[in-house]
Amino acid sequence: MATERTFREINERIKQGKAVVITAEELVTMVRKKGVSYATSEVDVVTTGTFGPMCSSGAFLSLGHSKPRIKMHKVWLNGVPAYTGIAAVDAFIGATEVREDDPLNSDHPGEFRYGGGHVIQDLVAGKKINLRTTGYGTDCYPRREFETQIALDDINEAILFNPRNAYQNYSCAVNPSSKTIYTYMGVLKSNMQNAHYSTSGQLSPLLKDPWFKTIGIGTRIFLGGGVGYVAWNGTQHFPSFMKDEGGQDISPSGATLSVIGDLKKMSPRWLAGASMLGYGASLSVGLGIPIPILNEDVCRFAAAGDDELFAPIVDYSQAFPEREPDNLGHVSYAELKSGTIKINGREVTTAPMSSYPRAKEIAGLLKTWIQKGEFLLGEPVELLPNANAGISAHVL
Amino acid sequence: MAPKKVVLRFSADKADQPMIYKLVKDYDLVINILKANVNPQKEGTMVMDISGEKTEAGIEYLKSVGVGVQSLTEEIIQNEDKCVSCGSCTAICPTGALYIERPDMTVRFDSDRCVVCHLCLKACPMRAMEVRF
Ligand code: SF4
Ligand code: SF4
Repeated sequence: MATERTFREINERIKQGKAVVITAEELVTMVRKKGVSYATSEVDVVTTGTFGPMCSSGAFLSLGHSKPRIKMHKVWLNGVPAYTGIAAVDAFIGATEVREDDPLNSDHPGEFRYGGGHVIQDLVAGKKINLRTTGYGTDCYPRREFETQIALDDINEAILFNPRNAYQNYSCAVNPSSKTIYTYMGVLKSNMQNAHYSTSGQLSPLLKDPWFKTIGIGTRIFLGGGVGYVAWNGTQHFPSFMKDEGGQDISPSGATLSVIGDLKKMSPRWLAGASMLGYGASLSVGLGIPIPILNEDVCRFAAAGDDELFAPIVDYSQAFPEREPDNLGHVSYAELKSGTIKINGREVTTAPMSSYPRAKEIAGLLKTWIQKGEFLLGEPVELLPNANAGISAHVL
Repeated sequence: MAPKKVVLRFSADKADQPMIYKLVKDYDLVINILKANVNPQKEGTMVMDISGEKTEAGIEYLKSVGVGVQSLTEEIIQNEDKCVSCGSCTAICPTGALYIERPDMTVRFDSDRCVVCHLCLKACPMRAMEVRF
């Protein structure tokens, strides 16, 4: 009889130290050698990972009260403005915010050396951060100005909350125009001299559970080196399948996650400020999701290899900015990882934007945590909408 | 006089001009080519030691024919604490000094192939490539 398991059964095995846990990379090999039925009967949990710039990230900081009190109307952390349109001493530092004196793209391409992502990295690294705040003065919060040094341990709460992370799949970006362009997909040289891609392919969390058979609200995850949770679907969550010319499904795409976790337990190795030349500041986030092998279906999808997962090739000089249709085709992650791909018969050098070695490290860490019984699976209270939910994007 | 270490940068159409020959013949210079990377469709780069009385005049000649000349007093290093092995510098680096080691996809830096063009300094989102003087 085909193997079936529940979250509860798997968690019992984890507690007893008996759970069989392997990484998604290892599962690809196992299924190719021994088949889906064998792998399903053997394996309880498969771990995934990804590490790359994820702009839609940030942290809620509850900074604490000064004496006398101030209602923080404006807040700057190392000169980077934080959003304060919430309660008196709460602020949200967004990953892409930059200092008010940042030259931006006035000297193109701008460098965006220090932004919210860097503030978050400095905080988790335990560094002192300059906090400057102004208020307009109220009867209960009379103070109008305050400046001090804070460290992560000095403040009451710090909650990483990233509204859109872990993009399921992403374009392979090229630039057929005659001049270099500076994008969030990196520096793209003219005349299609390079092609940049940005997922960990066979290790990428949402490529391994494309129908959301296991991932939902409450799924416990590796986040920024600590433990986090799936809070909701991500913004711009458009779970669907890319089709080829004949209308056949090629690869999952478009799903995203919003995730939450205790920033105080995270680490600068897994939350790293990023500066995208000519584009802006961001935060590279390490994220990993354990996939419980509930049945053969779940196992089959989790076992998709780099040669079975595809990215669309997109022209970032014209089609992307102008929202024009594009048909440069698709390319497999195996081809992308080989270092060169063929586009319209031409050889193009490829380079990743997200780190495969770090993704692999995350999958390995999560595997160890589960094997040691330190990390139990979180059973979702509700699974996320999948491709059958019929969600489509609105255009302004 | 101690030899001067320089890096030359020239466009593809200059690659077939006898510039080095001229330096030797007309300026009486001793040239020691340390690295050369001439790619027919792209920019060519060459790192060399130049010595001789007329070194400065020779360099002026190179500049007059449109060759970029930069003296090599600095070197590029990869800060391994900051590098996350993302790989986004590897298609930018013109000489393959930054490259991906397969199959594990680790990004390596071979300083022997670096021509100090500075392209990676800003292209690296982690600012992991640094200049050392
Ligand atoms: S771009 Fe920077 S962080 Fe990424 S591999 Fe190159 S040197 Fe390392
Ligand atoms: S400076 Fe950077 S981009 Fe230029 S050759 Fe050296 S490693 Fe490559």
